[in-house]
Amino acid sequence: MFLKKIAIAGAVAGLMGTAAFAADCGPSGQSIRILASDFPAIHAVAGTAEANCGAAAAEFSRNHTTEARQIMNAALTPNPSEYTSVIVANSTLTQLMNDGLVRPLNDLVEKYGSHLPKNLMITIDGKIMAVAFMANSQHLFSRKDILAQAGIDTIPSTYDEVVAAAKAIREAGIMEHPIVMNMKTGWNVGESFNLAFLAHGGEFFKPGTAEPSVNSPAGVAALNTLKELVEYAHPDHLTQASNETQGLWEAGQAALGIMWGSRGSPILDDEGSTAEVTSNTVLSAAPSVEPGGTPGATLWWDGFTIATNISDAEAEATFAALASALTPEMVAGHNDDAVWLLEGFKPGAAAAGVAATAQAGAQPYPMLPQIGLMHNALGSELADFLKGGESAEKALADVEAAYITAAKEAGFLQ
Amino acid sequence: MKHRTFFWFILPTLSAMVLFIALPIVSVFVQSLFVAHEQVLVVTENCGPFGCKPSTAVDVEATEKLRQEQPLGKFNGLGTYLNRSHLAVADISEAWATSKTMGEFWGQVYNLPFYNALTFTLTYAFVVTPLVLVLGLAIAVGVNNLPAMLKGLAIFVSLLPFLVTPLVGSLILFWMVDGDGVIGATIQKIFNDPSLSLKASTPLMWIMLMIYGVWHTLPFSFITFYAGLQTVPEDTMEAAQIDGASKWQRLIHVVVPHLMPLVSFVTLMLIMDNLRVFEPIVSFSAEAHARSLSWIIFNDLRESGNPLYASAGATSLLTIIIVIILMMPVLIRTWRDFSRKSH
Repeated sequence: MFLKKIAIAGAVAGLMGTAAFAADCGPSGQSIRILASDFPAIHAVAGTAEANCGAAAAEFSRNHTTEARQIMNAALTPNPSEYTSVIVANSTLTQLMNDGLVRPLNDLVEKYGSHLPKNLMITIDGKIMAVAFMANSQHLFSRKDILAQAGIDTIPSTYDEVVAAAKAIREAGIMEHPIVMNMKTGWNVGESFNLAFLAHGGEFFKPGTAEPSVNSPAGVAALNTLKELVEYAHPDHLTQASNETQGLWEAGQAALGIMWGSRGSPILDDEGSTAEVTSNTVLSAAPSVEPGGTPGATLWWDGFTIATNISDAEAEATFAALASALTPEMVAGHNDDAVWLLEGFKPGAAAAGVAATAQAGAQPYPMLPQIGLMHNALGSELADFLKGGESAEKALADVEAAYITAAKEAGFLQ
Repeated sequence: MKHRTFFWFILPTLSAMVLFIALPIVSVFVQSLFVAHEQVLVVTENCGPFGCKPSTAVDVEATEKLRQEQPLGKFNGLGTYLNRSHLAVADISEAWATSKTMGEFWGQVYNLPFYNALTFTLTYAFVVTPLVLVLGLAIAVGVNNLPAMLKGLAIFVSLLPFLVTPLVGSLILFWMVDGDGVIGATIQKIFNDPSLSLKASTPLMWIMLMIYGVWHTLPFSFITFYAGLQTVPEDTMEAAQIDGASKWQRLIHVVVPHLMPLVSFVTLMLIMDNLRVFEPIVSFSAEAHARSLSWIIFNDLRESGNPLYASAGATSLLTIIIVIILMMPVLIRTWRDFSRKSH
């Protein structure tokens, strides 16, 4: 009896294994060309797609580059386009949609995506434009040993508590600059503003228009929050992005950090740091303004799209290949590479921060066609305020003026 | 030379210059006169892993229709040149009207992106160019007076900064001045201030960028002057020596006048080079403290998701105009020398 059970289980597992192996790859003999960013989770998805369907395709190429965002519009504009799929995130999908370079996927999802959860379909006006598979967001990293040394035994959950903890650490003489944040002038400082702005309940634009509304009480409050935090940040904070902040953390030179969830796994692993740092690092939700309020974070997803300017057969084959990769087996093999939104994901320690942030009701990064221009205006105009040469109102007025100038040129405002 | 022969000689160069220099500039100018079409926005419902939310999106079909009608975009004349990101005429006249002191007026002008970048770019060019000229000549004279067996080695060492890619060279310096780097830590020790950071102070960042600029372009002026020194006529030098001129007098009254055409050439090249300062700003992550005209162009084309071609084109043309204005004295001088010689 027992043996029989095992045999049946084995047969079922075998069948499932074969099913996964002989994934439905759609029309064979097609060319599949993928453009994507360059990090482990994306390699896992695109690599699994290639392993499943590379043999059935006439050509399977992957270009993993950190410059994907810069080249994708130019690469997808010609007909036939250079790539059949681009793996995008919230902000980059709008960049492609603004030029109509990605196609609706409703029929393909019906045919090849029945195993995918419905909430992963990025649906705009009823049309599925992308299929998400992983999430990311910023959140709080804390060193519980240093907090305890400074007499704090709970992990901070609001901005005020973070600042108070930093102050206690400084006054205890443990660290002069306990906070790390990605404040590098440009995209990073703009994103840091976004976090605090959303936590204060800000809206970037007047609803339904491209008119800016960052010069608001929420905007001023967000800038003041940032200012309080950077008071305790490394003096070079305006030159520090993810690589630098991760470095400071792993070197044990920081006790409170607002960093990307995707850095959780590299920080907690046994490379590049000491056991003292890794064993005491706690990942928790991004801080909010009031206890239980909106966390100061932007939720991001990564997902795949299919180009407009390719043949329907190529689109079908590309979709089938990528959809075939989004399985529990792939997740099991790469569990700690990302916060997967797929079935079979077992959230480990490295995913705790993102999960807590999402649960606490953080806002997604706004998927608006003009958000890139606003983000760029924030990134370049906030430095004067943070250096201390300008009032918050003036800095935000400059942001709006810079945004309006750019938005007029790009056609979003008249 | 007969005009006809001259024409055939110059034709290949001339056509290459028209094709690769003149036409692109004309094309950039034309693009700078147009802005994008209106993006037709529609309110849609946007659903994803984090819930549904009403949001706006571009109506691609309607926008494409506008684009088809006028492929170049919407004609904007010189509007882009005059807007806040460039000459900011309206903002400047408002600043002039509202500010009480010159200092306040200047503060408001300096807050505008184009003038902010122009200030750094010009300061950089006016500090780095003369320093490179003088130091380059000094090193060339020094190397020229070395014993023959050391010359080769000295030339090689002096040329090293030129062999390093600007981006890499400035990154190395950036790491050295970090609080944990060899220069940064030493400076902190000398001033006994552990929070002293070269990267956090605007004046120190400017000084660092300029020192880097001098270090990196010095070999160019050195090697040019060194080559020039080999052509100084020995008769004149000996005559000056017999007349009792000291080494210093010979340098100032014989060598430097002999090298004057080279000085003009090096100055021209340096002004053009220094006005397009860009790589060190990116490598040093100096954007919070110093931005240059080239950096603005880069930012317009790259950072916003929608490349702002008109803005980038307008900044490029304004840069070209500034280069021409700055080179004018040197060009006039060269022209005078030329006409004097031909008479």
